[in-house]
Amino acid sequence: MKVELQNLTKIFPSRNKKAGGEVVAVNNFTFTIPDGKLVGLLGPSGCGKSTTLYMISGLQQPSAGKIFFGEEDVTDLSPENRGIGLVFQNYALYPHMTVLQNIMFPLQNLRGADKMTKAAMLERAHQVAKLVQIDELMDRKPSELSGGQQQRVAIARALVKMPRVLLLDEPLSNLDARLRLQTREEIRRIQKETGITTVFVTHDQEEAMSISDMIVVMKLGVVQQVGKPQKIYDDPTNLFVAKFLGTPPINVFNGRVEGGKLYIGDAAVLDVPGVEDKEVTVAVRPEGFILDDNGALECNLSNVEVMGRDVSIVSTHEQSQNPVIRSIIDADNKIDLNAKSVKFSLKAHKTFLFDAKTEERIRFGEAE
Amino acid sequence: MVVLNALKTFFVDWIWKTFCVKWIWQTFFVAWIYDGFFLGFICKKLKFDKWKGWIYLSPALVLLAIFTVWPIINTLALAFTNNAELYNRQGTGFGIENFTKVLEYQGFLDCLKNTLLLTVLTVPLSTILALLIAVCLNAIKPLQRFLQTIFFLPYVTNSLAIGMVFAAMFNVVGARYEDGALTSNFTLGIINNVITLFGGQPVNWINSGSGYWENIAVMTIYIVWNALPFKILILLGGLQSVNKQYYEAAKIDSTPRWRVFTRITVPLLSPMLAYVVITGFIGGFKEYTSIVGIFGEDMGPNNLNTMVGYIYNSLNGDYTGRASAAALILFLIIFAVTMVNLYVSKKKTHY
Repeated sequence: MKVELQNLTKIFPSRNKKAGGEVVAVNNFTFTIPDGKLVGLLGPSGCGKSTTLYMISGLQQPSAGKIFFGEEDVTDLSPENRGIGLVFQNYALYPHMTVLQNIMFPLQNLRGADKMTKAAMLERAHQVAKLVQIDELMDRKPSELSGGQQQRVAIARALVKMPRVLLLDEPLSNLDARLRLQTREEIRRIQKETGITTVFVTHDQEEAMSISDMIVVMKLGVVQQVGKPQKIYDDPTNLFVAKFLGTPPINVFNGRVEGGKLYIGDAAVLDVPGVEDKEVTVAVRPEGFILDDNGALECNLSNVEVMGRDVSIVSTHEQSQNPVIRSIIDADNKIDLNAKSVKFSLKAHKTFLFDAKTEERIRFGEAE
Repeated sequence: MVVLNALKTFFVDWIWKTFCVKWIWQTFFVAWIYDGFFLGFICKKLKFDKWKGWIYLSPALVLLAIFTVWPIINTLALAFTNNAELYNRQGTGFGIENFTKVLEYQGFLDCLKNTLLLTVLTVPLSTILALLIAVCLNAIKPLQRFLQTIFFLPYVTNSLAIGMVFAAMFNVVGARYEDGALTSNFTLGIINNVITLFGGQPVNWINSGSGYWENIAVMTIYIVWNALPFKILILLGGLQSVNKQYYEAAKIDSTPRWRVFTRITVPLLSPMLAYVVITGFIGGFKEYTSIVGIFGEDMGPNNLNTMVGYIYNSLNGDYTGRASAAALILFLIIFAVTMVNLYVSKKKTHY
């Protein structure tokens, strides 16, 4: 089921009417979620991603705009009539019911033509439990489960009535780092197996990039960029997106363009044909540095971290906007640990230019 | 000089005895009662650390021992002493005569019946009503605070005063029965006025000549109304602490309202419900003032006296032994009912 959002807007009225200042949580969001895909809504807290999710679920009404499931306009439909499954951030499992009772609860609400026999309900519940691999925990109470198991029960409960769309609100935020890795693979697998269109919300870019078919990067209620994770990583439209994606984070420098050359400080670090002369912000991915004795960018070496396959060089530069520059290079390179400075040249396709004022991307040469 | 000296000695002595001794003693006592910290301080100075906890607890423990433990022991002793009286506590020796006499006495059995009846009627009724009101209060937004205050008012009102108002409401002032019918010269209370407004016959609720069940009905209404505020308060507090997401989850699963109430609200409220029911039963068995409030000390035309009332009357009549026996019986009943309550709630309650 494809989900179409048209000019979706949500405005929260101000608490203090005299002071004014209503909050625009989501501003003019237009996007089509293709059928059967896993889409991540990504952004820092307060960017409107959860509000968007709750508007799709129907728990919140949009101030303007329309929502379509397939060809059906569901904007004014109440949540129970939309055919969605929602997994809450803290799972909201009914604490007094066993896992089985929790999973069967939505089925027992079915009325009329959809009404199921007890045996059919049990069978369906066990099917779904098997899918999320909790079929051995059916008689436990939620409080007797680990975080990851509770998460699976919540997903099972959302899936059991075969929703048209599955919505997940920060699904991994309550899990520890190890479990997070495991569970996100699990979510991916379940989504692939069921083929249900799935939307999930996260503030963790790594999480979004690792499992989504598409991600939507949001900031202050406005969509910044939509696309495949790798595409957004390789080709950010503005500085915010470039900064938000990637670990270690992108390295940002103050720079300027003069006569087709990019200067950081006094050093001309890169040829940027076709860019007019002006102040720019330069962002370089950690893997965009090449260790080069003849390199133009000279940084003060402060530390080298060896991480097996790669080496992470920590250095500083006075034009850098980050406190340290973190560059990742192949471990084959030999680095003199006692040297005061280290010289880099830059890979053009890992280097992005942004207007210093508007923070919009300035494209140059071959990177286009 | 000698006289003066003697006078001076006497005076100083008198001042010392009357003020200082008293003052020092009082200071110590007050400090000890109110300020365990003071003892803790001394204790620290004297390096009595091992005893610290006990010394901190000692004011409460001593008061408990004097006003709770000792009376309980005494009650036990008196209950098993035949013919015990207030000033003749030896009576005629050890025995269970008090119990047999109490249990054979029709007055006591009536009290027992009244108490049980009122408790069994009022506790479930007030709990269900309080639950409904609390759920409704929780569901509305405007006026919630205001209505909360209104519903809480009976709790801060004196129960005797409420009883008098209820008595006036159910009253048939100046009414007299002659040959089984009301005489014409009487004034109706508001309840009977409403009944006649809808074309019914006025009912003699509480006045002389009224029936037992009419009396019980009035008592039930009064006790339920009186018990509501506390229960509403507890249940509303419980409701407001329930995570709203359970309801959102239920909404998405298109759960009918009644099912949300029975399958989610009630189970999540079960600890508060258990508390309210258990304290309700205990309070119900100790019912006394409410009856005095409506019927006065003579307990109405059908003698609606309760267990506590019986104990009180026995003490007044210097049947100390029987009063003690009745108190023990009451205790055993409350104990048994509470045990059953706890057993049931352990199975049904989700904490």
